[in-house]
Amino acid sequence: MTEANQEAETRVPDPLTQDVIAIIAREQRLPEDTISPESTFEELKIDSLDGVNIVFALEEKYNLTIPDEIAREMRSVGQVIDALRQQLNQGLNTAPTPAT
Amino acid sequence: MGGWEPMEKIVITGMGVLSAAGSTPGEMWACLDSGRGATGPVTRVDSQRLAHNVCGEVRGFDPAQHFGKEVDVLDRFAQFAVVCARQALADAGLGRRFGVNGGPPARRVGVVTGTALGGVESEDHGFHQLYARNATRLHPFSIPRMMFNAGTSHVSMDTGAQGVSFAVSTACASSTHAIGEAWRLLRLGAADIMLAGGADAPITLGVFKAWEAMRVLAPAGADPACACRPFSADRAGLVLAEGSAMFVLETESSARRRGARILAELAGYGASADAGHITQPALDGPLAAMREAMESAQLRPADLDYINAHGTGTKLNDSTECAAICELLGAEADRVSVSSTKSMHGHAMGASGAIELAATLLAIAHQTAPPTANFTSPDPACNLDVTPNRSRPREIRAALSNSFAFGGLNAVLAIKRYPA
Repeated sequence: MTEANQEAETRVPDPLTQDVIAIIAREQRLPEDTISPESTFEELKIDSLDGVNIVFALEEKYNLTIPDEIAREMRSVGQVIDALRQQLNQGLNTAPTPAT
Repeated sequence: MGGWEPMEKIVITGMGVLSAAGSTPGEMWACLDSGRGATGPVTRVDSQRLAHNVCGEVRGFDPAQHFGKEVDVLDRFAQFAVVCARQALADAGLGRRFGVNGGPPARRVGVVTGTALGGVESEDHGFHQLYARNATRLHPFSIPRMMFNAGTSHVSMDTGAQGVSFAVSTACASSTHAIGEAWRLLRLGAADIMLAGGADAPITLGVFKAWEAMRVLAPAGADPACACRPFSADRAGLVLAEGSAMFVLETESSARRRGARILAELAGYGASADAGHITQPALDGPLAAMREAMESAQLRPADLDYINAHGTGTKLNDSTECAAICELLGAEADRVSVSSTKSMHGHAMGASGAIELAATLLAIAHQTAPPTANFTSPDPACNLDVTPNRSRPREIRAALSNSFAFGGLNAVLAIKRYPA
């Protein structure tokens, strides 16, 4: 983690983090200040069905596809942020998950 | 045992089946016994729109071989139900119609069918016309094709059965509940013969995309026949399928009266609700349903030789089901053969319980446990003899067939060899 990142995370969350937290708060009917990148799904009482719902909301907002194998492994807010950032960086488009 | 009094036996005298694994019981057994998966690439919808190009389709089904003009009012799922009911009647040595040329009185014959999605193919098609193509009107047969009781009604119309009849919809347990409730009606004396089972034809773009969104579908992999791997450590989800199975259930005295060949005794039925989560499986509900099925059949763990598991191939279902079976059987758990035939025919939604009862009857008839196909490596969370890859000849005196639905609705049938 770079110094800049560290600073960003300890002070003001970056826009992507803010957005993920806002979407989780909206979908889970939780106050935003109860959610941080360190929050686990278990702490927030996010079950597997809630998890796919959150991923769906992010896919719709960012117009990208997060593959099943990544979505199924998510257990924390930080993992959601990382997965989203990774997909954005890869510049993946709206194509469906490739068949394997 | 419990509140279950010994009553007249209920027996199964005929079966019909349509599934990816075969379009008759004989064809299906040949497939299951071989341990080869029967799932394959999707042909009924545009696979370019799908993330995973694999499903279990009924192959070579030509409605024109079975129906005349009346086919226009039958969705594919109802067509399946009628064709399976005809197979079952012929298998049971009954004529095509009740109430003609003597035979059992039509008002003492009922029909109960299960379906999770009803006429969804007709719904998908009609609503597409309406929403995407701005159609000004829908086809006048839309409602009769879509309604969930269409399977029940067309079986009744086709066979002349005029007794107590209805449809059951409990997602993936639909046809198991249908058969169980038909068993209960026979025990109560509400009918002498019941045609029971279920049908689903959910291979539509809408249904596929909805399942895809839940992220529980298995990838097609290098060989789509091997996509569904229940109980394997690397299992990656369920494979959507279509199909049907129908059975002739009757009181033992009815079967004896007409000198029918008896395939097996439908000895018990258990049903329960988890009252928990809308999609996540629980242990207690399935366990209670299996216990009730065993108790109503007067079975102890030592009497049981085979379980046709719900075994969808999702991480959570398979481990939870194995834990429930271990709890049910205790020290006997390792002696019992368990398998998921969904590995071969896929998950035919509301029809799956009926298709799996057919698999269980065939297992008893052949005294052979069908395998869990596509098994790669054991999962410590599924620590049972799951009959990996090869069918196993063995004595099967009694068996269970499990169905545990989304929504936490559980149904289990207990079947005994006949004569014992």
